[in-house]
Amino acid sequence: MSLPNEGTLDRREVVATLLRDPGDLLIVSGLGAATYDVGAAGDRPTNFYLWGAMGGAAMIGLGIALAQPRRRVLVITGDGEMLMGIGSLATLAAQAAPNLAVAVLDNTRFGETGSQRSHTGLGTDLAAVAAACGWQQTAIARDMAEVELLRDRLRSEPLFAVLRISPEEKPRFLPPRDGAYLSDRFRRALGVAEA
Amino acid sequence: MTAHPTWQAGVYAALKAARVTQIGYVPDAGHAHLIEAAHADPDMQAVVLTTEEEGIALAAGAWLGGQRAALLMQSSGVGNTINMLSLPLNCRMPFLTLVTMRGEWGEFNPWQVPMGAATPGVLKEAGVHVRRADRPEDAPEMVAASAALAFDSQIAVAVLFSQRLIGAKVFVK
Repeated sequence: MSLPNEGTLDRREVVATLLRDPGDLLIVSGLGAATYDVGAAGDRPTNFYLWGAMGGAAMIGLGIALAQPRRRVLVITGDGEMLMGIGSLATLAAQAAPNLAVAVLDNTRFGETGSQRSHTGLGTDLAAVAAACGWQQTAIARDMAEVELLRDRLRSEPLFAVLRISPEEKPRFLPPRDGAYLSDRFRRALGVAEA
Repeated sequence: MTAHPTWQAGVYAALKAARVTQIGYVPDAGHAHLIEAAHADPDMQAVVLTTEEEGIALAAGAWLGGQRAALLMQSSGVGNTINMLSLPLNCRMPFLTLVTMRGEWGEFNPWQVPMGAATPGVLKEAGVHVRRADRPEDAPEMVAASAALAFDSQIAVAVLFSQRLIGAKVFVK
């Protein structure tokens, strides 16, 4: 039985496509499978992986974007993580940082805890929520051609994008999880370690 | 509007001297002067939040990007932030918050009392160093020292502004 908003995209293929030739993108990944997907696409010092702090990914992206207005910031997170921080969609829209984009890997499930149905599987449309919060640019990708287009837009626009991925679970890829290490290497890579 | 503009101006000056350039806030009357000052300052990013834990994540992002942030909230908001405190603590990031206390001095609204009473203990249990300003002449120095502690030692510090310092909210005028 298909649920509302359920997709068919392969999450690893989606993230590998979004992060192909990442250049100097600054990336924040939300806890759970989004962190595994971003790590599997290639570990880099300017990947900041969350293993907790659920609901905080988009706001961390905003803090970075305000501090580094000449760099592009991309937040990649899941539907459950975005739902917990749903108010931050309004906070981000109010700031309208031109160098910040958010990509939600929406499998309509809380995948990490047993694939319980999330609100997106029960009818919540996160792209519509973002638009109602004031995001000027929102998009939904349902096939890889649309993902390819979003790859470029996520690097050039203040875009909120939902990628309708399949609920299929992938083998876990575990990137570093020591927060002090991740923070320090990110700041060193940016050249702000002494700030 | 503000009862003690002199000490509040001193607190803002202390944040500036500590090189804070991002201020996240959930409004409180006791923070009104700081919020107005932040919005009026072209070198300050003032970020209105929907809930207080957003400000902890904002501060983490600011630090990752090479800036310093502070979170303004009232004691009722402290309870909203607890799990997000794992972010600065686990990542050994600085975190500075200024908390206006409710529920402790001439409080009219009983709904403010439980969280107000629990605030210092909850913060300490979560790993935050807690300082308290009771007198206006102490507040700017307390913030300056707490900012140094937070940013230089990369720890989490909360400065509680007592309700006696701010003045109890008047409901029946």
